[in-house]
This record gives sequence, C-alpha cells and structure tokens, in this order.
Amino acid sequence: MYWRIEVKDKEGVFDPVSEGLKNEVIELGFGELEDARIRHVYFLQGSFSEHQAHTIAKGLLIDSVVQEYELYSDAQAPVIPEGFASLQIIYKPGVMDPVEESALKGIRDLGITSVVSVRTAKRYLFKGSLPGEALLKIADKLLYNKLIQSVLSEDEHSLYDFSSLPGYKFRLNKVNILSATDKELFTLSRQGQLFLNLDEMRQIQAYFKKLKRDPTDCELETIAQTWSEHCGHKTFRGTIDYKEKGAGIKKIGNKAIRNLLKATIMRATKELKKNYCVSVFKDNAGIIKFDDKYNICFKVETHNHPSALEPYGGANTGIGGVIRDPMGTGLGAKPIFNTDVFCFGPLNYSAAKLPKGTLHPRRVMKGVVSGVRDYGNRMGIPTVNGAVLFDERFVGNPIVYCGTAGILPKERSFKKCLTGDVIVVVGGRTGRDGIHGATFSSGELTHESETVSSGAVQIGNAITEKKMLDCLLQARDRGLYRAITDCGAGGLSSAVGEMGQAMGARVDLESVPLKYHGLTYTEIWISESQERMVLAVEPQKLKELLEIFTKEDVEATRIGAFTNTKKLELFFNKQRVCEINMDFLHDGQPGITKKAIWIKPALKERVFKPKKDLTEVLRALLSHPDIASKEWVIRQYDHEVQGGTIIKPLVGEANDGPSDACVVRPLFNSLRGIVVSNGINFRYGDIDPYWMAASCVDESLRQLICVGASLKGAAILDNFCWGNPDKPDRLGSLVRAAFGCYDASKGFGVPFISGKDSLYNEFSVGKKTVSIPGTLLISAIGIMEDVSRAVTMDLKAPGNLLYIVGQTAAELGGSHYYDILKIKGGKAPIVDLKKSKARLEKLSFACAKGLVRSMHDCSEGGIGVTIAEMSFAGGLGANVFLKEAPYRQIDRRDDFILFSESNSRFLVEVERAHQKAFEKILQRSEWGLIGCVTDSEELKVFGSKGNACLVSTLGDLKEAWQSPLRSV
Amino acid sequence: MIRPKVLILKAAGINCDSETAFAFESAGADTEFVHINQLVSGARRLSSYQIMAISGGFTYGDDISAGKVLANELKTKLFGEIKDFVRDGKLMIGICNGFQVLVKAGLLPGSDTFMQEVTLSGNDCGSFQDRWVYLKSPATNKCVWTKGVPNVIYLPIAHGEGKFIPKSEAVLDSLRQNDQIVLQYCDERGDIGDYPVNPNGSVDSIAGICDPSGRIFGLMPHPERHLDSLQHPRWTREGLKRHGDGFPIFLNAVNYFKK
Repeated sequence: MYWRIEVKDKEGVFDPVSEGLKNEVIELGFGELEDARIRHVYFLQGSFSEHQAHTIAKGLLIDSVVQEYELYSDAQAPVIPEGFASLQIIYKPGVMDPVEESALKGIRDLGITSVVSVRTAKRYLFKGSLPGEALLKIADKLLYNKLIQSVLSEDEHSLYDFSSLPGYKFRLNKVNILSATDKELFTLSRQGQLFLNLDEMRQIQAYFKKLKRDPTDCELETIAQTWSEHCGHKTFRGTIDYKEKGAGIKKIGNKAIRNLLKATIMRATKELKKNYCVSVFKDNAGIIKFDDKYNICFKVETHNHPSALEPYGGANTGIGGVIRDPMGTGLGAKPIFNTDVFCFGPLNYSAAKLPKGTLHPRRVMKGVVSGVRDYGNRMGIPTVNGAVLFDERFVGNPIVYCGTAGILPKERSFKKCLTGDVIVVVGGRTGRDGIHGATFSSGELTHESETVSSGAVQIGNAITEKKMLDCLLQARDRGLYRAITDCGAGGLSSAVGEMGQAMGARVDLESVPLKYHGLTYTEIWISESQERMVLAVEPQKLKELLEIFTKEDVEATRIGAFTNTKKLELFFNKQRVCEINMDFLHDGQPGITKKAIWIKPALKERVFKPKKDLTEVLRALLSHPDIASKEWVIRQYDHEVQGGTIIKPLVGEANDGPSDACVVRPLFNSLRGIVVSNGINFRYGDIDPYWMAASCVDESLRQLICVGASLKGAAILDNFCWGNPDKPDRLGSLVRAAFGCYDASKGFGVPFISGKDSLYNEFSVGKKTVSIPGTLLISAIGIMEDVSRAVTMDLKAPGNLLYIVGQTAAELGGSHYYDILKIKGGKAPIVDLKKSKARLEKLSFACAKGLVRSMHDCSEGGIGVTIAEMSFAGGLGANVFLKEAPYRQIDRRDDFILFSESNSRFLVEVERAHQKAFEKILQRSEWGLIGCVTDSEELKVFGSKGNACLVSTLGDLKEAWQSPLRSV
Repeated sequence: MIRPKVLILKAAGINCDSETAFAFESAGADTEFVHINQLVSGARRLSSYQIMAISGGFTYGDDISAGKVLANELKTKLFGEIKDFVRDGKLMIGICNGFQVLVKAGLLPGSDTFMQEVTLSGNDCGSFQDRWVYLKSPATNKCVWTKGVPNVIYLPIAHGEGKFIPKSEAVLDSLRQNDQIVLQYCDERGDIGDYPVNPNGSVDSIAGICDPSGRIFGLMPHPERHLDSLQHPRWTREGLKRHGDGFPIFLNAVNYFKK
C-alpha cells in the first residue's frame, strides 16, 4: 500500500516557477489563465501508519514556513480545488528520479524504516477558461517529455512497483549467424540496433565459423559496441578515397588517406614534439604540464542525439559524462572547470514548420541549459567558457559540446593494470538506462528515433558522481588502485574491454549491483547507467579501498579480475555467456574505405552598395543571436565555485561585458593560471571547411592572447560534429577541415592533445534529410605564469589610444554581416599562419610587459562589434577612424573594414605613456592607431573619407546586444 | 598564540569545502575535513573543535528542498552534540547551502525550541543566479563574525534558493530588535533596492542573520570567494588591494579565540 503526500504552497506565497508557467501557457495562446499552481507529490510505499506519514510530511517533505500538505491513503482521491483543472506528471518506471534516494535517506533518518520506496510526481493546477483538450496540449508542449515521463490519470492507484517485476530467469541466448545470408546479416544488424555494416557482420560470421558455434547475444553486442563509430571512430581510422575540385590556394590533392586522424591531427602533434605534452590521444583526456608538481588534462565531448530527444537529460548526462573523463584520466584528476558550446535552431522558428519528432529550439535550449546547470553546479565545478550559435539546420539535430579540465599530480598521470588485479565498479547502480547509446549515436536521427531509441535517454544524478569523486581522490592519493576509467558509451563492456585489452579480463555479471532486478546478463554488460567508474585494484589493497567508499555511502563492488588469457570472458552465475579473443575484439574490425569529395560550392557573392550610415547595421549585428549577450545562460552557471576564477566570463564596469577567455587559478597558493577559450564558426565551413578550421584555431588562440596568455605551453582540442560520413560530400568537407587543423596547429606551433568526433548528425523525415553544417569546435587552453598580469576587454580610461593590430581584407564569406544581408558566397577569411603567429607572440609580449590596458579579438561582427563591446563593457566612448586601419584592398569600403571577420586581428587599448614602447613591439607587423577612448557616452566611427559613418550612444548599443536573449 | 581548530563538514554534495578551509587557514586556523558519517559514528567528536563550518554546495542534491535532508540528519542524529557546542560558546557558520541547513535545522535564527522560523526559498527571478552583490551590515557589533567589517562589502552569490522569508511579522520584528540581521543586500552606496540589487527578492533584503548570541552566523553570499582581490570581478579596472572583503569574516572568527 502507499500514502500520497501532496505538498503545496501556502496561500499568498509567490512561486516564480508557477508564475513563469502561467505566462508560458498564455504565450502559447491557450486562452485566459487566471492561475497556475504546482504541487510536489510523493508516493510512499510500505507498511507504516498514518501517524508516521504525517511525521514524514511535517518533518521532512514540507518547508513549514511557506508550505503545507495534504495526506491521502491509496483508497482516497485527492481533492482538486474548486475551479481548477488538474494534471499529474510522473517519471516512467526505471527513469532515474534523484529525489527518491534522498527522500528515503531522510525518512530513515527520522527513524522510520518501513518505507520501502518513494516515487515523486508533479501536479499542475490551472484555473481559467481552458478548453478540455488544451490541458494535454499544454502538457505536451511545456510540462513533460513522453520519452521519460507520463501523465498519471487521476484514478491511477496501482503505481508501477519494481518489487512486482518478474525476476530474471537465466537463459543463454544464441544468435544464429553461422548460416545467415548477407540479407539476414544486414537485417540482424539493423533490427538489433547494432549499426554494423555488411562487411563487419561478415567478419563476425567468419570469426564464429572458425569457432564452429553461434555467438551469444552478449558477444554480438560487445563487438557492435567496440566497433561502433562512437567508440571505434572507424571513419577517422579507416581509408578515405578523397577527391577535390576548386580548392583554390589550399590544395590537398586527390589521394587515398589512411587513417585521417593520424594523417592530420595526431601528425601535427607528433611533428611539433612539444615537451609539455604529457599524454596525448591515449587516455580519456589529453594531459599537459602545468607546473613542477601538477599536470592539467582537458577533454570536450558531444551529446547531440540524446539532447535532441530529451534536452534536459541529454545535456545533464553529457556534462556528467565529460566530467568523468578527467576523473578517469591517469589515476584521476580533480575537475577544475567546465565549458559548454551549443548550436540550436533559431529561437523564433515557426512551430508549424517544426518537423515531426522534434522539439522546438526554445524548448531544446531551455532544457539543455538547465541540464548543464543542474549537473555542473551540483558537482561544484565552475562553468567558465562557452558559446551559443543558431541555424535552421540544427532544428532536428542540435549540438551540445561539454568540456571539463582537471588537475592531477604529475606522478599520478599514468595507469597500468596488471594480471591479477581485481576489477571494481564504483558509484551508481546499473539499470536498463541508456542501453544502445553507443550504437545509436552512430546512426542518423529519424522521426522514429523518438520511440525506438528511448532507452538511450536518461537523467543523471550529480550527487552520486560528486560522492564518488570525493572518495576517488582519497583512494588515489593513498595509491589504492592501479588504473581507472569511466563507464561512458558502451558501459562496462567498453570500460573493461579497453582496460583488459592487453591481457584479458573475467567478469561475473551477477555481482554487479543493480537498481532493480530483472536485467539480463547482456543488459548488465552493455547498460550505460551514469555515474559509474571501473578500477583495477591490487588484491592486497582491495579491503582498504572498499572501506573508503563504504564510509561515505558510495557503493564499490568487486566484479571480476584481469587475467592472462587474452580473452574477454563473462559469466552469469558461473555460466559462460561470452568468450571473445581481445585481439579480434580490438583489431578484428575490417578496414573500411569511404569515398569523399569536396567541390567548391557554387555560391555567388552578390554585389551591393553599402549604406552611408552603418549605425543600424551595427545594432542589427549586436542583436544577431550568435553575437548577442549570453548573460541569461552564464548567470545560471556557478562560474566561481572553487574560488579560482580570476577572469570571469562577464567583465567590465557593470560585470556584463563578453570576456574573450577565462583565467582560472587552480591552486590556492600559486599565481599560476590556466586560460581557456574556444573557436567555432560553421558558416565559414559552408564556403571552405579548410579555412573554417584554420579560422577556428586562430580564433581560439587569439582569445588566449587577449587575456594575457602566450602560445608557449598552450594546447588545443578538436571536436568535429558532421553529417553522415557515408555520403561523399559530407566526408569530403570533413577531410578538408582536418587538413586545415593540421596546417594551423603546425603553423601556430600549438599541438592537439585530444579530440572527439560525432558523425551522423542528420535528421530525416520521410525521404528528406537535413544535415547539420559541418561544425568544428576548437577548444584551447594556455598557461599563465602570473594571473595578476591578466587583461580584460573593457575600455579602461578616457584618453587612452586604440590600436587595430592585423590587416583587414574584403573576405566576408560566412560573416555575420553577410548573414543579416542574406548573402551567400564570398571568400571565407584565410589565415596567414606565419604573420599571425608572429603577431600573437608580439601582443603576448606586450601584455607581459604591462603595456596593454584592454584587448579584444575581432571575430563575429568584425571591428564594429569589437569596439562596441569594448565601449559599453567599459562604460566609455570611443572615436575611431577607419582610414587608419590596414586594409588589403583598394576599395576601402567602410562597411567591409568595419564588419569583415578577417582573422588574427585585435583591438588594443594602450596608455599614451606606453605608445612608443608598444609601437616598437609591433614593428614589422600590420597595425594602425585608429582612435582613442573618450569620456563621452558615445561611439563615433569616421569612414575612410572622414565622414561620420556610425554614431550611437553606448546605451543603445548595449540594449541591442542584451535584449535578444535577456530571457529564453 | 592559539590556532582554533575548524571542523569543515563534508557530506554528499558539499562542494565549497576546500576554499572555505583555505579561508580559515589563511586567517590563522587549523582545519579538518570531517564527514558527517564520522560524527554520527562517533569517530570524530564535535567537542574537539572550536569552529564548525558548513560550506556551500547541494547537500543530497537539494532534493525535497535546499539543505533539508542534511538539516534533518543533523537534527535527528547530532542535535545533542550541536547544542552542547553552541552552549560552550563556540562558533558556527553556514555559507549558502550551509545557511539553508542551519535555518531548516532551526539553529538560525535560533529560538529555545529550535523550530524553523525562517526559510530560504526559490529566487523571485525563477532561476539560479551567480552575481556579485553589495552588502551592508547594520552598525551593531552583535555578530562575532562581522565585527568591524566595512559598511558596504562586495561578495558573490551563487544560488537558486536564497529568498529570505520569515514565518511571521513577529519573527521579523524580533530579528530586528535583537540585532540579528547581519547582512542586507544593497547598492554601492548602501541603499536598499529591487532586483538585481536584491538578487532573490529576500524580505527586508536580508542576506545573512545570526543567532541571539551572535556566534552562529548564516549568509547566502560567499565570503570564501573574495579572500584576495584577484577574485574581484573588476580588479583589472580598479586595481589590487591587500585582502578581499570576505577575508575579515574568517579573521574575526579566528581572533575570537585569541583573546
């Protein structure tokens, strides 16, 4: 039996959440709504008295100052207040509900032990003239996601109860493939959601033919996961037959590329031979040197497909997953900051045009932001850097990049597990969640994904991960384990499979702690339940290790051992369910050859006359959603926890200007800092992915320079989000971008240390397929010896001089200026690597000498947006003379000079007293003294002919920049 | 010189413990991280420490409501020891989530019955907010922790549930009369205002209170995040000072035991 406790606000208490809901309902046009209220509903199961139920409600579930409750037995129907329509939303069985665990703990602390389970729901009450069917529509649009939640009908009294789940009866499942035809193999791969191609299926068939037996389901799933695009990165590691047409000045040439990753990204790092690279492309995150005692590691991941289906849960588990990467790097790093970069559909996208099976971009954005917020904040990791971009092509397939950096003692930077080590799983329990996540992200999204792949969607529980982290760091510092890795995509299968690759592993699956009974051995093995990590522990240290975890209420369980059999062997209650050679699992995948072609897009650049007054253009650019202030997002993230955020994401007179990069001081007693920034612009890729890649590297590095870091000791990460690589045009653009990465990394002398690709980002409805634009994110980290030398982008004092450093060119293809004019085509900005590198080094030197008062990089929106942002962030005006700006063409169009997004350019504020010293450093660089800071409230720009071509108050500019995304 | 011993409480979801410990150490105290389970099991005794600090975080995920589950745990398992600790003239601070815990456990504002008399509920703006706020301290020396701090100080907040609400007008009056209102949100000049000056809609702009003895202090802002001026959001404009505005709060606590 159960008791139902409904917690509600006392009359007259203001609840911002229900107030917000009321406004959203009205905005959706569901008619007049007088009132909306939300109640928290707790179902408590077990044999306990009514008196005890009251004790729980009063003592634990309500905040007596503002809340009260109603108590109902399972035989009673709750009273709905007069005039209100009501709706209850509950998580589906098996979906993580973090409140359940905490509530049970709280109840036990009250001394009541007879409550066996807690489930929570929300009751929404609406008062107003809503038509009958409106309620379900509101629910669908605003209140719940069918994949993880359901509407609980009022007369629902038999709550789904896990104790009534049928127990699991072991039965070994064999899959008949020995005699399967090609067609049957293909069907098996598709229907079983294995996402393997025919060659791979044949290879598996051949392996088992040699063994003269059919595989078990578990063996097949294990191979599929290991060989998936997500885990195996077969596109990057396979052979690519590449052709190009119209490559212009940067020809890669038609050729067969064996292992694109090794041929570009990894090759640059190898050739650069930087001694501060500690561990690259090996571990869960790349590691570089920080100081004599510590190293820093950094990883950025994507979680696109889950976020498309369930934005909150997808982003939540996305950030939760990437946090485990540094935790699982070396012998475990302490996470010190997070980053997040998102691409969504336009927020004003017409609801009528929305493809079936997709959520509205506004809902996606809200869900994703709160998903990252709730996990990152709970983990106590500051989220310090990011970007949000918008384009129609992201409507069906948004992009969610999340990154985490960690710090670890240098002697704990490597792992090695040995034969005989015990396999221990720590953290959360295993359930049915996320089954098939690894394979599902290796296929395209379709409108059916909503139903077929719902198992791949889950909600995280940050506190489980935080508790695990607290214990892991203690165990690490006491040297209690020899290796660690996280259970990400592929779950135990990929974690144990990777760790035991060289020697072999044996796991007894019945010993894995489960959330509920009834899981098959295969489900246990491939489940992607969150918040789990796997350790390799010397047998004699096992007891001490387990104690650390038990003392702080974290589960740690011995599930097997590493062997010397070179085999992966799995058992369930002593019955063998899997036996595969490690060699076959990790190296048996047939090499694939994919065709790739890149043809210069036939886009015509429209010729047009510029407006004489560019003030309105600047305002429109400042309001461009990619450029507009992201304060609404930033303030929801705790970007200062741990106390080390020295340059914050928002800077300036009113703490609201856009910082180029963040500076974090990870050790309390040292002034040494880490700088983090990112470069992303998919629009250049529409013109030429090579220059997009070079531009992204340039942007990320020049932002490091802007806050005072140097290229010395810096490193970058690549994250490719692309469409279906089986289509030659998508793969062709990917190849060009990868070569752009190689050249830029070499040219700047900054190595890649880690990366990740997410392919198959396409969305299909019926026969129509929309691919995302090939989108490359470059994340950069740099080291700063003394953070008190840092510089911010806000103008500091009237009378100071303003310099433009770097040459502007008429290369507006992919620029935001062209985007608002709806012009396709044009040239994407190029990078002159030699000159750019020299320029970055000079400016870094000038900062170190203390000659720079403020500096901001010219990127989205060019010089115009850059100076506007510097002005309103500093609360100071400026006079700018465009004729002093170095410009490559002879046309000297004011609009091009102001809004071109040519790379490697900076606006720099310098005190008059430092004029000579600064200009001396800039010798043999292109620069212009283009104006000065004023104490007026106005930005004035004078064109090449001396005319005032732009005049605006700072207030107007700031409003244009802040208003579009003030609230989402 | 006596170095007071500070217990930095650890529990699932506490996440500002390291910087809080560093704050006390810089001010001249010794600190020890103690997990709540160690107190409950008796492996550590509260009586061995002079100061107890519950720092920020999301204890038990802030599930049910912020700080509630830990408050419940303290009340049901450690209340005797805690009462002794307070009675013995020792100090306690709750920062952010720690403040929520102290309030929900009835330790603040702290009546004889230890019933909950005030709460910290969801911000009026509807979401978590990380922003810097000015705070003023009424000119009384009641609270041990804030003695002699400047009239207006500048600290960051980072919370979703920080709206201070008293149970009744009588509770608010008694806080006023007993000088238990220690910090109020204000602007640079010290004037009370609406959002974002008052970032969460707190009644009377209350950001921090103390118990009648002045030794138990709870506040939503994070003094441990402004120990040195490099943590100030505008140090590149306004220059560096010797200490941040949060530092004297920890120094006061340490000095209390040096007399």
